[in-house]
Amino acid sequence: PAFGLFLFTIARDPLRIIILIAGAFFWLVSLLLSSLIWFIAVKASDPRDERLQKGLLIFGVMFSVLLQEAFRFLYYKLLRKAIEGLVALSEDGCSPISIQQMAYVAGVGFGLMSGAFSMINLLADALGPGTVGIHGDSQLYFLTSAFMTMVLIFLHTFWGILFFHGCEHQCWWEIMAVVVMHLTVSGLSFCNPLYVGSLVPSYLLMAAAAAWAYLLSGGSAQNLRRFLLCK
Amino acid sequence: MITFMNNSDSEEEPCNERTSLMSAESPPVPSYQDGPQASEAGEAQARRKRRAGSSRGPNNIAGGEHVDSRIPVRESALENEEEELTLKYGAKHVIMLFVPVTLCMIVVVATIKSVRFYTEKNGQLIYTPFSEDTPSVGQRLLYSVLNTIIMISVIIVMTVFLVLLYKYRCYKFIHGWLILSSLMLLFLFTYIYLGEVLKTYNVAMDYPTLFLVIWNFGAVGMICIHWKGPLQLQQAYLIMISALMALVFIKYLPEWSAWVILGAISIYDLMAVLCPKGPLRMLVETAQERNEPIFPALIYSSAMMWTVGMAKPDTAARGPSQQPWDAAEDEREHQREPPHADSQMSETRSPVPTRPVTSLEELEEEERGVKLGLGDFIFYSVLVGKAAATASGDWNTTLACFVAILIGLCLTLLLLAVFKKALPALPISITFGLIFYFSTDNLVRPFMDTLASHQLYI
Repeated sequence: PAFGLFLFTIARDPLRIIILIAGAFFWLVSLLLSSLIWFIAVKASDPRDERLQKGLLIFGVMFSVLLQEAFRFLYYKLLRKAIEGLVALSEDGCSPISIQQMAYVAGVGFGLMSGAFSMINLLADALGPGTVGIHGDSQLYFLTSAFMTMVLIFLHTFWGILFFHGCEHQCWWEIMAVVVMHLTVSGLSFCNPLYVGSLVPSYLLMAAAAAWAYLLSGGSAQNLRRFLLCK
Repeated sequence: MITFMNNSDSEEEPCNERTSLMSAESPPVPSYQDGPQASEAGEAQARRKRRAGSSRGPNNIAGGEHVDSRIPVRESALENEEEELTLKYGAKHVIMLFVPVTLCMIVVVATIKSVRFYTEKNGQLIYTPFSEDTPSVGQRLLYSVLNTIIMISVIIVMTVFLVLLYKYRCYKFIHGWLILSSLMLLFLFTYIYLGEVLKTYNVAMDYPTLFLVIWNFGAVGMICIHWKGPLQLQQAYLIMISALMALVFIKYLPEWSAWVILGAISIYDLMAVLCPKGPLRMLVETAQERNEPIFPALIYSSAMMWTVGMAKPDTAARGPSQQPWDAAEDEREHQREPPHADSQMSETRSPVPTRPVTSLEELEEEERGVKLGLGDFIFYSVLVGKAAATASGDWNTTLACFVAILIGLCLTLLLLAVFKKALPALPISITFGLIFYFSTDNLVRPFMDTLASHQLYI
């Protein structure tokens, strides 16, 4: 679905593609830094202590989430500057792309990159022979991974919109809400393989974020009804 | 060959006049790569601005601005308009370059992942005589550095040789060299490639069919690249030969040497383009003095304008055997001649004067394309292909390198828009690519693996 989003909405406009790739790049850099921290922590600690390793992993995850949000903020700053530049240079005084569109594209960029990194090795292995869950792990590994990745991609997209909106209007609580949501979703994934615990709340959160982003972007229940009834 | 030469020579004259004006259109467009295009573009741009200035003048007056007090403003406005049009179309051009680079990389990665042949070590090039099978790390490092030095010096020698040939007007020699090299590339490498692909998928094919297929492919390729042909077919062929060349490099360069060579090449590229005594710069300046297009070549152009003398000296050709190497190097430096573009341009020129001036410029700008040297394609693909072949983190590393290279390309284009002269396209992208490759392979991979095994998500 994310790829479909990409094709329909982004592939037309070259500027959006650039913003997308840049968004993916920022996510990548944040991942790099967070894995650097984790790596150092692991190397500095005792590799045989299970609990410590698990604790370090959790710490790594949380830190990574925080770093991702920080990079989202940095990307927002960069896009603000870029938009000012585009407005200054454009012929009719308004920029060819609005900040909301940029927010959307940035969110998709983050989401795609995170989804790709989560899924792609899995997909490559899935092509080969093997049985899922042979060592007593869940048999639904692939399915749940796929759903979780999808929800995460969508969430990144919505978070992008919410985050940028919050930055635009100086609503700090919106930004905090995004960060808290991100932490929650990552934390929920710790419940795996108890999938009920992680997938269901994630989807609920995603629905909430979707509704919120939709309202922020100027939609309303009326628009939705009109759209659904094809008026 | 003589008639071919005559054709190309006679076409060069009209080509020059028209295309030189056209290329003046926008600076970033033409020269994207090393040297040659830079100074040409600079001059061309100056010419263009003057022309554009005069053509835009009446419009501005019609727009109701006072002539006397607004002259400086108008000039700066004109410059701003130039810049802004440049930047506006800049995004489009970036995409026009993203697509072929992505395609080339996809082809290379797909081949590496599926066909075993290109990851087996079956020998080395004579240009990298030191083997890397030594037990100690220090010795291996030493050998790879020596390999790199040899390779780079080969490249420098070739480039200087080419520049000398060009300076002393040995056009026939250069043309012949070029044709020979592209012949070899199109036929021999394609044959090997097809053979390996068919072997991998266990498809039987008889020699007559193979001969027919390769003959058609090669003949059409020669015509497209060196003479006239539809733009997309030409682009497709250029992408394919870049991919083939990159595959050859990936196969025949030993591991550490490949990385050191990539680094050294980007440094060389930087120096050759920006230093005043660099061979590439000399090539450009000579071409500009003579006001002629350089060679039928290997520069990838994304639109039909073109040619005017934009040489793309990107360094080197490396290849498994000597002939092709020279040829390949030539290829890199040659430039494509699109005579068919001339005829098209003449057709579009005639209705143009009847239209208002601004649309004339828009039309010209739309036709502009961006040029990127094929050597750049090759080295980007080598980086990504090596990442795909040797990284243990498989797709994550490949993806990371891919994004890094694209971002580097974006930044280079941005710099081009700012500086308005030819820039080397290799250094920034390769640096990003290398950084990301090594860091993703060593740092991110264990992190992601651990996360995936616990099914955690960040």
